[in-house]
Amino acid sequence: MISIERSLVTPRWQRIALPIASLFIASIIAGIVLAVSGHDPIGTYQQIYDASFTSAGALTATFVYATPLLFTGLAVALAFRMRVWNIGGEGQLYMGAVGASGVGLLLGGWPQPLLILMMMLGGALAGLLWAMIPGLLRAYLRTNEILVSLMLNYVAGLFMYYLIYDSTSYWRDTTSASALVFPQGKDLLPAADWPGIAVGSFTMPFGFIAGGVFAVALLALIRFTRFGFEMRVMGDSSAAANYAGIRTRRTIVTVMALSGAMAGLGGASQIGDFGHVLDPRGLQQAGYGYTGIVVAALAMYNPLAVVIVSILIGALTNAGFALQGPTFPIGLVGTMEGIILFSVLGGEFLGRYRIRFGRAPEPAPSVDDEAGAEVAR
Amino acid sequence: MNVDVVVSVAVSAIAYGTPLVLAGLGELLAERSGVLNLGVEGMMLIGAVTAFFASQVLPGPGWAVLIAAIVAAAAAGAALALIHAFLSITVRVNQIVSGLALTIFAGTIGLSSYAGQVWGVGGQHGLHQLVKLDVLGLSGVPIVGPILFNQDAFVYASWGLVALVTYYLYHTRFGLYLRAVGESPRSADAMGINVSRYRYVHTIVGGAFAGLGGAYFTLAIAPIWTDGLTAGAGWIAIALVIFAFWRPGLLVVGAYLFGALSSLGFTLQANGVQLPSELFSSLPYVMTVVVLAVASTTMAQRRIGAPAALGVPYVREEG
Repeated sequence: MISIERSLVTPRWQRIALPIASLFIASIIAGIVLAVSGHDPIGTYQQIYDASFTSAGALTATFVYATPLLFTGLAVALAFRMRVWNIGGEGQLYMGAVGASGVGLLLGGWPQPLLILMMMLGGALAGLLWAMIPGLLRAYLRTNEILVSLMLNYVAGLFMYYLIYDSTSYWRDTTSASALVFPQGKDLLPAADWPGIAVGSFTMPFGFIAGGVFAVALLALIRFTRFGFEMRVMGDSSAAANYAGIRTRRTIVTVMALSGAMAGLGGASQIGDFGHVLDPRGLQQAGYGYTGIVVAALAMYNPLAVVIVSILIGALTNAGFALQGPTFPIGLVGTMEGIILFSVLGGEFLGRYRIRFGRAPEPAPSVDDEAGAEVAR
Repeated sequence: MNVDVVVSVAVSAIAYGTPLVLAGLGELLAERSGVLNLGVEGMMLIGAVTAFFASQVLPGPGWAVLIAAIVAAAAAGAALALIHAFLSITVRVNQIVSGLALTIFAGTIGLSSYAGQVWGVGGQHGLHQLVKLDVLGLSGVPIVGPILFNQDAFVYASWGLVALVTYYLYHTRFGLYLRAVGESPRSADAMGINVSRYRYVHTIVGGAFAGLGGAYFTLAIAPIWTDGLTAGAGWIAIALVIFAFWRPGLLVVGAYLFGALSSLGFTLQANGVQLPSELFSSLPYVMTVVVLAVASTTMAQRRIGAPAALGVPYVREEG
């Protein structure tokens, strides 16, 4: 007799095999989409690979996109794992960029290590505060944090536009006549540039290394601290957390704060590592916050896996910008990301069940998905 | 002068509110069955680009082309909703992530953008647009004329749909069953109602409605296609469902209020109010946050809320 049953634990090997299998299936589905719309799938994949990995320059470009995705991926991984649905990474990243560039401009004369630290703090704090709006509303009024955090993405985007294009704010370059006609942000002093590590002609951004450190720190926080345990209990079952006397409000606010700080650091890295100027258009075009959801899901919400996955999705995003044009339109990036997400979700399902040969055992107690009940606030 | 301003705000409130009415109504149906679909923004964008493309390439008289374009948009929205329905009802994955996946898949830098590029409709000017009707010859009547008797057929159709959905929900057996499925799938199942079928049908119809909402952008509001032109309308539609406490009548009120907010900036600026345009543009988003916060306190006080099984997959048996 063959039966399909629910397995309550995911075997360790599956945590690695499932994302890889999902990617494989996604590449087949995406290949069909490509073929149907008149592109050569193999050729397109070859182009993505070439544009992202084959030379030191290409690899450097990949890390330009992998770095912000590492931070937004961590932001999403942490929050979603705890079933706090922070979709506001996008806006928190914008605010982080605003905060870090503000600090960078203000403290331009400070010694570099201190200045970098202050910029990171400024970015993290700005992202954290922005995430507090949905966080506090969720914790104290049970307001739907998905919609609130998402709405604030648009507000943060408009706020950046206001700072650069529609006001004479501290962030805007008002020194030359041309800068008044074509608005742009003030350039930061060279001391505010974060030093990357050059290996030959490949440059590893400072932010990516910092992000790796944060990933390890987050993993340690979740795995080895009392607070991490409380967060995990809340993520698995908020009812159980209540019974256990865990202060869920405080936990939700803290998860939101950490998540917002991570996304804010992504914004700080955009200023320190790459832009050196607040560029609302560039940040909005990139959509790192939303892509962070793809990164986190493919990493199965594990902070360390986020580091690796951010490079993969960074490569895809890089291809979208590097190959921009009729052969690889930008729309393909989101299409492929969506297909990857669908595949990951389907794969998770396969991981949850196993086929059993022989006599069916006593049915296991059903573990209903509790997530949904929280959705409907 | 003041009356004119009020009338023009009301007229544009209806124009900008109509996509919200349609998409919100669709989401309301899906949520009433217990399926949360966060893919509304993506489905609207696909509806918008599909309708625009169809209206550009199909031959024939304008009215026939427009009807075909609207049908195509609804079909495109429904097709996307089918993905979400399959993943959340049959495969029983997390509905939040699946809905987000749908919006990323179809959204601003996703399939809708790709389709627009492949179809080459980016820089084109629309050939066919919905025209304002002069109903019963009353469009010239002061105040009520422009508001009630001078809209396009789509607006009247949306009013009809609201009435239809209200009747369906509260006065038909199917509507009663639908509410049962959303509140208590287990009891509904025990009554012999096919829970999965109800959820599939209403999620897919919801997608079709979102596609219609998207079509209104390219067929009536502005005759162009640009990536991400809905600018968050899909998300506001989801918020409106909560704000309306899952009731179609309140949804219309909310949609037109938000429509008014979306157009308030233009109206005020046309009347010489000098404030940063970003402030006006952010109004609908900020108001959504405020309204959601207020709605959540109200819901807590009056103990009214979402369908009890919203977002929870239904599992008949495990083992």
